[in-house]
Amino acid sequence: MHPVRRQRLFLVLFIVLVSTVAISLVAYALRGNINLFYPPVEVAQGKAPVGQKIRVGGMVVEGSVQRSADSLEVRFEVTDYEATVPVVYTGILPDLFDEGQGAVAAGKLDEQGVLQASEVLAKHDENYMPPEVAEALEASKQRRMEAGQ
Amino acid sequence: MIPEFGHFALIIALCLAVLLTLVPLWGAWRRDINAMALAPGLAMGLLVFTGISFVCLAAAFLQDDFSVEVVANNSNSLLPAMYKFSAVWGNHEGSLLLWVLILAGWTAAVAVFSPQLPLLMLSRVLSMMGFVAVGFLSFSLFTSNPFARLLPGTPADGQDLNPLLQDPGLIIHPPLLYMGYVGFSVAFAFAIAALLGGRLDAAWARWSRPWTNVAWAFLTLGIMLGSWWAYYELGWGGWWFWDPVENASFMPWLAGTALLHSLAVTEKRGLFKSWTVLLAIFTFSLSLLGTFLVRSGVLTSVHAFATDPARGLFILVFLGIVVGGSLTLYALRAPAVSSRVGFGWLSRESLLLVNNVVFTVATLTVLFGTLFPLLMDALGQGKYSVGPPYFNAVFVPLMALLMPFMGVGPLSRWKQDSVRRWRRELLVPAIATLACGVTLPLLHGDYNIWAALAILLAAWLLLALLRDLWNRVKNASSPVAGLRRLAPSYWGMLVAHLGFAAAVLGVVLTSQFAIERDIKMSPGDRETLAGYEFRFLEVGGVRGPNYVADEARFAVYRDGRELVRLAPQKRRYLASGDIMTEAAIDAGFFRDLFVAMGEPVGEEGAWAIRLHYKPFVRWMWAGAVLMAIGGFLTVADRRYRRQRRAARERLREEAAHGAQA
Repeated sequence: MHPVRRQRLFLVLFIVLVSTVAISLVAYALRGNINLFYPPVEVAQGKAPVGQKIRVGGMVVEGSVQRSADSLEVRFEVTDYEATVPVVYTGILPDLFDEGQGAVAAGKLDEQGVLQASEVLAKHDENYMPPEVAEALEASKQRRMEAGQ
Repeated sequence: MIPEFGHFALIIALCLAVLLTLVPLWGAWRRDINAMALAPGLAMGLLVFTGISFVCLAAAFLQDDFSVEVVANNSNSLLPAMYKFSAVWGNHEGSLLLWVLILAGWTAAVAVFSPQLPLLMLSRVLSMMGFVAVGFLSFSLFTSNPFARLLPGTPADGQDLNPLLQDPGLIIHPPLLYMGYVGFSVAFAFAIAALLGGRLDAAWARWSRPWTNVAWAFLTLGIMLGSWWAYYELGWGGWWFWDPVENASFMPWLAGTALLHSLAVTEKRGLFKSWTVLLAIFTFSLSLLGTFLVRSGVLTSVHAFATDPARGLFILVFLGIVVGGSLTLYALRAPAVSSRVGFGWLSRESLLLVNNVVFTVATLTVLFGTLFPLLMDALGQGKYSVGPPYFNAVFVPLMALLMPFMGVGPLSRWKQDSVRRWRRELLVPAIATLACGVTLPLLHGDYNIWAALAILLAAWLLLALLRDLWNRVKNASSPVAGLRRLAPSYWGMLVAHLGFAAAVLGVVLTSQFAIERDIKMSPGDRETLAGYEFRFLEVGGVRGPNYVADEARFAVYRDGRELVRLAPQKRRYLASGDIMTEAAIDAGFFRDLFVAMGEPVGEEGAWAIRLHYKPFVRWMWAGAVLMAIGGFLTVADRRYRRQRRAARERLREEAAHGAQA
């Protein structure tokens, strides 16, 4: 084969090889490391998988935040005003986490339907609402209005 | 009055940008020297008027003119003056104005520092930059006017700057980042100008290279500052989150890294021309994409100031025009400029090709991970989020794959090299590397395989570079004379590669050996972490200029001796009522100690406290700074100065001849 052509062939093979490695890494990494958002109502309907990493978000129910006396464990509930999901989290909550405000918890749902959160996200500033929470609340409001009519 | 003046200046700037786009391009097409010669003047005018506009906005902020909407929304009379100034770019409208100002600055810099460029080339380059300026100036004026007034209804006081942004690091982070982002527009403009002229040669690469290197160095500094800021200001002790907005700045960096290596091949050997052009287009497109992701509000983060679909659409259309237009041009012109030179398998070209493939693939995987949630959402497949584990799983192996080649690169020869020579040169460094990789991790008690791997790869880089340095120095009369003889571009490469090694070490060692503990502590409690005893002394109240704070006072002991006092704060900002964590950090060459306050727990004055021990965390940022220094050093190279001096002399001679005639 012509040397230039052979070089090109090897070059193409090399690029194909690296891309294959990259694509398989991507596929492997994606399988375990993406998580889907569920509004509380879907969790209550049993649509959310148990034992898989998911995100659940809504408003933190007023008066639901309970701190443990001897550890950093905290329990609270998030709601979209149709259903509520209890959340357990151990650690330090973000600065802007508060009752009556939007929050997103990432973690795994246990058999009792409690979200064992490994991460809690709140808004960055006063005006900000996590977009998936805003959308879930909007959808819930629509459904309740339709039910009311 | 001042804001109207600024608004007017911005409109004039847009008009000048339109002229800058059209007149020199028309001149280049018709070979009209007078029209082409207007380009540098128009570029300077663009800088002057955007500058006036920016100064007017800054004046509105410094004078607390709350009748201007962005000032009312992002400043406060209690805000310290320094932050009033940085608040100019702490919001969507102002940060866009900064973007345009920096673009105008780069355009003017190209006009001033390029006497060696043929007028034809210069006018095309400036015209392309003018086109980008038209896009962003009209974006600023039509969708996000920074000078919009609140009349009537002027508030008595402003709503304050987001407390997260009230930080010295954040004063310079956005300008540096934008210097990098926008700087790639120069490489882009050169690429398009070369495509228009159909002439892609070593000279083109030599012109374009210093600009690319400087832009890359600024971007490196900007990203590093962002990471450092996240570390001490967010109160989490994390330094990289693979947040979409971080990725938005990281993708142009990755592509830019590939670009500057590819430019090296194009300059030295006249190879990879079409590929280099494509990379230049790709890099700048990623800068635009980053701006779109951050500015359109499709992503939510501390960087997304406002959400307005019109803005997102505008940038998306502009991105479409730039990418579509330049790729069409590329498709039409690239075959004409392809190269016919060959190179051997074992050569520096091949190794740089490996660099390019790895960095391009890395860019694409990060791009995929960043866009995947947007894509799934747009297709109605649900709201996914792609977390750090994905990026780590993809990115870390790619970088590990890169580093063995990176060690050989500087030593290798252009065109054709041989295994025998490599073996001769690299046998000693390879053995020393293995020795380091096996023994050094033992210093830390238990043997950590990842740390060992990082040390192995970093040592390989370091020792191979030292070997190369030795080769270059050994024939000189004395080592000092040998070192002085080395070109700045070589020093730049050396420093940047060492920086990369340091950064890799920092990243891997902190990730592996950091100890992070969140615990409940009351005043009087003690907690020991990696041999450091943290004693919680008391909680006190502190009053700042625009906040009140609870301050936890800690004393850190080691072996019974007091080492340092740390006082993290929990601040409440008066204007907004926002709560903010201010971490206290004892920085060190080998380790950082980090204390941050969570929230009060229980009744007896106990607090949730975050204690971190972070070994080698500074190495990461120090490494990034070294990389940036390396990028700046390359510009000092004699060959760029020589070509500029020659050009100036030629111009002077021509002027003298003209005067005589």
